[in-house]
Amino acid sequence: MDFNQASEENLFDHARIVGKPHARIDGRLKVSGQAPYAYERHDVAAGQLVGYPLGATIAKGRITHMDATQALKAPGVAAVVTTLDVAPLNRAESNVARLFGGDVVEHYHQAIAVVVADTLERARGAANLIEVRYAEEDAEFDLEAALERLQNLGEPAADVGDVEAAIAKAPVTLDAVYRTSAQSHAMMEPHASIVDWSDGKAMTVWLSNQMIAWTRQALATTFDIDADAIRLESPYVGGGFGGKLWLRADTVLAALGSRAAGRPVKVALPRPLMFNNTTHRSATIQRLRIAAGEDGRITAFDHAAVSHTLPGGSGEDAVNQTRCFYAGENRRVAHHAIDLHLPESADMRAPGEASGLAALEIAMDEMAEKLDMDPVEFRILNDTQVDPEDPDKPFSQRHFVECLREGAERFGWEARNRTPGGRREGAWLIGHGMAGAYRGAPTLDSGARVRLARGRLVVETDMTDIGTGSYTIIAQTAAETMGLAMEDVEVRLGNSAYPVSSGSGGQFGAASATAGVYAACLALQKKIAAQLKVGAQLKAEELRFDQGRILGEGVDLALADVGDGDELVAEDKIHFGDFKEGLQIGTFAAHFIEVAVHAYTGETRLRRMLAVCDAGRILNPITARSQVLGGMTMAAGAALSEGLEVDRARGFFTNHDLAGYEVAVHADIPEQEVVFLETPDAASTPLKAKGVGELGICGVPAAIANAVYNATGVRVRDYPITVDRLVEGLAERAAHS
Amino acid sequence: MRAFRYARAADPAAAASAAQAPGAKFIAGGTNLLDLMKHEIETPTQVIDVTGTGLDTIAPTPEGGLRIGAMASNAALSADTRVRRDYPLLSRALVSGASGQLRNKATTGGNLLQRTRCAYFYDTAMPCNKRSPGAGCAAQGEGATTRQLGVIGISEACIATHPSDMAVALRALDAEVETLLPDGRTRRFTLDAFYPLPGDSPHIESALAPGEMITSVVLPAPVGGRQTYYKVRDRASYAFALVSVALIQQDDGSGRVALGGVAPRPWRRDAADEALPQGASAVMEKLLEGARPTRDNAYKLRLAERTLAALLEET
Amino acid sequence: MHPPDQLGRHRDASAACGDDHSPCTLHVNGTRHDLTLDNRTTLLDALREHLALTGAKKGCDHGQCGACTVAVNGTRINACLTLAVMHDGDEITTIEGHGTPESLDAMQQAFIDNDAFQCGYCTPGQICSATAILEEIRAGLPSHVTENLSTAIDLTDAEIRERMSGNLCRCGAYANILKAIHQVAEAHS
Repeated sequence: MDFNQASEENLFDHARIVGKPHARIDGRLKVSGQAPYAYERHDVAAGQLVGYPLGATIAKGRITHMDATQALKAPGVAAVVTTLDVAPLNRAESNVARLFGGDVVEHYHQAIAVVVADTLERARGAANLIEVRYAEEDAEFDLEAALERLQNLGEPAADVGDVEAAIAKAPVTLDAVYRTSAQSHAMMEPHASIVDWSDGKAMTVWLSNQMIAWTRQALATTFDIDADAIRLESPYVGGGFGGKLWLRADTVLAALGSRAAGRPVKVALPRPLMFNNTTHRSATIQRLRIAAGEDGRITAFDHAAVSHTLPGGSGEDAVNQTRCFYAGENRRVAHHAIDLHLPESADMRAPGEASGLAALEIAMDEMAEKLDMDPVEFRILNDTQVDPEDPDKPFSQRHFVECLREGAERFGWEARNRTPGGRREGAWLIGHGMAGAYRGAPTLDSGARVRLARGRLVVETDMTDIGTGSYTIIAQTAAETMGLAMEDVEVRLGNSAYPVSSGSGGQFGAASATAGVYAACLALQKKIAAQLKVGAQLKAEELRFDQGRILGEGVDLALADVGDGDELVAEDKIHFGDFKEGLQIGTFAAHFIEVAVHAYTGETRLRRMLAVCDAGRILNPITARSQVLGGMTMAAGAALSEGLEVDRARGFFTNHDLAGYEVAVHADIPEQEVVFLETPDAASTPLKAKGVGELGICGVPAAIANAVYNATGVRVRDYPITVDRLVEGLAERAAHS
Repeated sequence: MRAFRYARAADPAAAASAAQAPGAKFIAGGTNLLDLMKHEIETPTQVIDVTGTGLDTIAPTPEGGLRIGAMASNAALSADTRVRRDYPLLSRALVSGASGQLRNKATTGGNLLQRTRCAYFYDTAMPCNKRSPGAGCAAQGEGATTRQLGVIGISEACIATHPSDMAVALRALDAEVETLLPDGRTRRFTLDAFYPLPGDSPHIESALAPGEMITSVVLPAPVGGRQTYYKVRDRASYAFALVSVALIQQDDGSGRVALGGVAPRPWRRDAADEALPQGASAVMEKLLEGARPTRDNAYKLRLAERTLAALLEET
Repeated sequence: MHPPDQLGRHRDASAACGDDHSPCTLHVNGTRHDLTLDNRTTLLDALREHLALTGAKKGCDHGQCGACTVAVNGTRINACLTLAVMHDGDEITTIEGHGTPESLDAMQQAFIDNDAFQCGYCTPGQICSATAILEEIRAGLPSHVTENLSTAIDLTDAEIRERMSGNLCRCGAYANILKAIHQVAEAHS
């Protein structure tokens, strides 16, 4: 099915099921511990062995010697595969560092061996018996120092008007530098795979992965085998956030171990290895200049940022959203991904925007203060309904101003603290802050297959549910389209035997995959119409599918009676046309935060969080709300406690476990409110839906930072905003008050 | 984790006797030991389970104090009505540590013997004088991350901190540690005697001799006063202290102060206690005199002072 | 035996991989299991690998996430940081003992009712903890946020949040978990 123009009015505008709250259909399995995650699938292959990985302990260099003699002698060990035993594996497009093979070490904790044994205890014990010697090479690991040396903020990706002239003549300007720390996805389920490649030919992989088709292709490339020989299953994924978009070492090691041992092998990455072995969000250093007239209208943006990557990667582009979030006729953005030999940086939830808005939205707060304007009104004044770089390109929908107004109203923004450091309750300073959020709403082509038998529908697509609610919204889409009850729809996901979908990532999954399922259902309706023998040939569009019946001219038939008991199967995909290129299609939000900051210690505690979102038709307000809550919670960590700490001499993240890398705990999270505006976007998909999973993290760190400033009068421009970054400023203010 | 033999000890004497074997190690709650064994930072060849030794009681002493069995769990100790009434500082310190699950399992003796959370101690690829005497201290290398590490009582060989909250309260309460030697003798230590400073031998973390077992912790008679434990950390719960302050303040302004998160042992000095009536900065001048912070952890000096100031302001 | 290397690590199979096992009887969700286990086996791995009870999850294996929370003799602990052989004769309750998909217990149902999870990986541990903390509050076990150490403890948001903080949820379902726990607490009161 081609989607070549904006949708007209359709069944989703009068939906019974889509857009309505429906509890997760996979909920019962999850709350009872019965949902099968990758490492737990004892039943899928007999005779599984356990593989345990070994990581390199230098950041860059070569392995000069590996001796696995003692490991091989250890009880229960079936095989040891070292990186020196294997020719360098091909590098799939999605991998920057090679996953295995050869003597080159590209980053700390890069996988260099797997020990396969009959139990975890024995494999783990034996892995520590492998002797490794290295020839270390000098390398650069310090982003700050590299920027100082290179003095290069990158070539402009956009340069419109005359930014320098506009800044030179503006009465009000800002020039500030902001820093975000490197962050880890830290999903609760470690990367894990069971691989059966016993015969070295057909490969079956049970894993935890967001993108089945990409990862199958990456496996084919990596091992130089035919993709058709590879089968992948990933029905339940214990969190991803971008960290499971790619083929990673767990699958590669399990495959090599399986081939070597001639048995299925399972590998889970040990948590302390994950932070350096897998990918992370790069740190950024961002310089922002903004110019405005006395009236508060922005005349120029200049946003330049650096991030870090292994050579060949792309880093964290923190400037992209600045191109079209606010009005302003002169604008320049530039991003420079600096080569460092830290572990591999790659996508994490809202790649780019999460870091970029963390800076931009503090800068907007600082500008509002310079202008003596309400930061809400300042943003409203600088709203734009067209791409400011290309005024002929409108936003398909943009209700950012409504988000701001609705949020201000609900939050009680009028009653906010207006004097930084001016409101105190006991030892705690109370502050309020807000920020805007923008995240694109991309869609990817997405396929599905539907099977109808005896009135029950099975949907098959390689789409994944990483906690996002895919199972449920896909069932809602199919039930709505086919006129069935939710109970009559079964959804099967995450299997390479099913049609290729968008997969889960980039905030494209929900909108794309449901559109693909809708396309498959329409194809099924055509098949049904063709089968109906009522004299004249009926068109599918002339039929209505309602409450388990097919209704039309001379037709009134139970869906259960279609096909005489034979299964009817239909498959299709949604293909999104290039008309979208003439539009900016995005999602927007306004975030409002109340914090308490300890006047002596600088401890920051969130007291209230509110998000108002403009994100198209919300397919299921329960699961969508949870996605936004999750983004806000991850953002709370990003703002206040999360940061990978870099050993700048040895080139690795030192706090590489869940005690050292502090994600938000329950006690960190206050009352959270999420409001969705009713804003179906016909240009997005037939369901008029957009993703929401990444919008929730966007802007929130800045809203928190702005609230901390409002509470204390101390402006912190570096994340995370920990006590060490506040305590001196608080002491100085106390001394002067 | 290295393979080991496992045995249960029925009483303290049997445990201490069994522990004389080379490579033997006691296990109680296991919440720190097993963590370290998985990393092969600890590699006992024999593990002696002391949870069945009957040392889990909390009983009054003739001096009016309390004797806390080494196997009393952190949860049970924090909830004991006598502790809550007479030593609220200890209860507060306990519940500020770890998580509910861990406190249910962790024991009083094990808590005292927790090893540092220094990231370079935990990463066995890094040189560490605690793990391997003479190997060097990666935490003091150029470019190292030291935000969490110690500022005082440290040495050129080691800048790690002691991670316990409970021990900070015990130090302020003048608690003592009772032990049993394999030959049947018992010993008693103040906490300062129990915890040697690292000097050039940071691998020696306690005064315990081989096979010597902690049997109990003795609290002297209650000292009263206003008792507070304030722990500053990056998140609101389930995190180790950046700085913690244990304060006992009497009505006349005198009292005691001990710090956590800044030193290789709970940190207290008599001179600092004496300065308490003069306020937080006077206390810290004495308590942190001789501090040797890094660029990344110098904030702990200011933070300790301001945390104490906050506690004093509240009265 | 080889001498240890510069970092003090031994590289000798005979020293490292002796093969010591112990017998151990676990009573899991009311069923007795007689096992002989490698002494190194944690309670978590005994459940997941030997009994195929994979409801308790391994998120970190170092006591830093709480996904492995189970009750042992009625007390919640991290199953990853205790040896199975230390639990000879103990009664262990895992998520599988709470209820099945066809017959959920009240806390499991409350988690569904309040969408108190997303990916589901931390969920069994959250439910085991949630059930336990209501008992801990009833029993008067103090927490970091308990204001008065000498009176009964109120079931406040702050108490629930603090007590649930040993169970990380990276999907960020905390606000909904709080509601689920309140739902059960109110039904019981």
